[in-house]
Amino acid sequence: MWQYIVRRLLQMVPVLALVTFLVHALMLAIPGDPVRALIGPGEVLDEEQIALIRKEHHLDEPVLVQYGIWLGKAVQGDLGRSTQNQRPVAEELGSRALVTLQFGIVAWITALFVGVPAGIASAVYRGRPVDYVATVLSIGGVAIPNFWLGIMAILLFGVTLGWLPTQGYVDIFEDPVEGLRHMALPAFALGVTSCALIMRQSRSAMLEVLAQDYMRTARAKGLSERVVIWIHALRNALLPVVTVFGLQTGRIFAGAVVIETLFGIPGMGNYMVQAIFARDFVVVQGGVLLMAVSVLTANLVTDLAYAWLDPRIKYGD
Amino acid sequence: MTEGTLPGALPALATERPAVAILRRLLAMPQAALGVVVILLTVLAALLAPWIVPVDPEEMDFDNLLSGISAEHWLGSDQMGRDTLARLIVGAQVALMVSIGAVGLGVALGVPLGLASVHFRGFLDDVIMRVMDALVVFPSLLIAVGLAAAMGGSLATVILAIGLANVPWMARVVRSQGLTVRELDYVAAAQAGGMSNVRIIVRHILPNSVAPVIVQATLGMGYAVLTEAALGFIGVGIQPPTPTWGNMLQQAFPMLDQQPLLSVVPGLAIFLLVLAFNFVGDALRDILDPRLKGVVAT
Repeated sequence: MWQYIVRRLLQMVPVLALVTFLVHALMLAIPGDPVRALIGPGEVLDEEQIALIRKEHHLDEPVLVQYGIWLGKAVQGDLGRSTQNQRPVAEELGSRALVTLQFGIVAWITALFVGVPAGIASAVYRGRPVDYVATVLSIGGVAIPNFWLGIMAILLFGVTLGWLPTQGYVDIFEDPVEGLRHMALPAFALGVTSCALIMRQSRSAMLEVLAQDYMRTARAKGLSERVVIWIHALRNALLPVVTVFGLQTGRIFAGAVVIETLFGIPGMGNYMVQAIFARDFVVVQGGVLLMAVSVLTANLVTDLAYAWLDPRIKYGD
Repeated sequence: MTEGTLPGALPALATERPAVAILRRLLAMPQAALGVVVILLTVLAALLAPWIVPVDPEEMDFDNLLSGISAEHWLGSDQMGRDTLARLIVGAQVALMVSIGAVGLGVALGVPLGLASVHFRGFLDDVIMRVMDALVVFPSLLIAVGLAAAMGGSLATVILAIGLANVPWMARVVRSQGLTVRELDYVAAAQAGGMSNVRIIVRHILPNSVAPVIVQATLGMGYAVLTEAALGFIGVGIQPPTPTWGNMLQQAFPMLDQQPLLSVVPGLAIFLLVLAFNFVGDALRDILDPRLKGVVAT
């Protein structure tokens, strides 16, 4: 098992190197002199000063060398300083990531606690009204643009009813009530797609499990329907849901880019978009690294959860 | 099952051409039929735009700013008095061009990469699939933002960005289909008979990949429409004055409390078209091979 985990962690290294290198190359392709981003607006410098800045930030080196210098520092936890405000990127990213994580987790947990029971109810009461409603919602939830859902939620709960704030962010640890109130609409908009996918997956998994022989055995033993479904069937029906979780981590980051822009949340997505426009590629580079690490870790956790849920799956042999 | 036909292959029918048979079965499914109708209507509206657009989408009607549904403006007008219906139809052209372009690019790059992965195995397979992993890890929306910042928001950039995001999925689908086919007895027989690797790929693996690629492509069209809208909304997609459903939503957002209709209409259009692509994609998967459920990304 440990051997397997170590091997998987080692496999991440080339992927991470590749992702960060691609980003590095892409950022260099953006037209405009990166030195411009380093000096204040309206500031006039002579050739010598510009050359000095260029040297200081290794901008005069070949692409590969620049990348190598960045990588050398990155492995030591130093992601450099933002060219916009000179703040350490690792620190800033950390606090931004916490914001995204907070509402990502709220979105995810809500999706899970709505999606799984709804999917199971839909399977158990197959063909009944509950099933139809759940199916329609899950089909719609996948096709609806999440930011448009956010706009419609702002229209209903913010503009029309005035129940919830529609802009900004309050730290949930400082003021839990206001924090949750601010988070409600963005988390809803972000979570709907995940919820729909979870519902769909748990429904079809549950239908498959319910048709298996051991379900009949469990019932024949005289177990109550509740025990049969919630204890015996659920465990196996959760497997595909775990897969969706792995895939959703990336989706939540992507979704956060738009949702944070819409709701004015100072999270990672927002930060990255601003950094791309400002040509602040130290920030972009660090942010991409963090996202890639998170997604790859989520994939690993997904595979491990698989083995834990289904003893038939063994890794490392 | 005839020789050379996997569940993924198009069902061979003696009397009908496969495309006709598939279309017949599609139309027999209510959801899929609805999807086909919505897609056809969108395509028709886009093609006939020059004749059916009521007024010039750029024309400003200063007597009717932010109007609701009216005789002059069937779907209302925006803050510059431009007709929403006209802009919606021109936006449909853009949405279709983006989805066809992006999926086309995904197929054009992803299928050969997937085939190469199967063909060369070993080291090159590893390299290709790791690059694909890297592409999947990177949120496609950020690739698009980066590309748009690098090259300016235009139709080509948007197609390139969304198309790149499609590549790894196509490559994976083709590769997994190829790996299955490669292990089958008749392929072993062909190999034993001296058939070259390249011919095996062309004769056996490629035809068997057609069905999953079609399914993935259909679902990818919906995804492209959604991504174009998101890009337009954050302002890095195709730039105004060209109306797209995404930038229409962006321009409508500050007017949300004054004229909600402006935000409702483009969103509904996106929703309906994506829904239609998903309906058709799901139905195609069920018709072509229900076992693809796990393979094809939804």
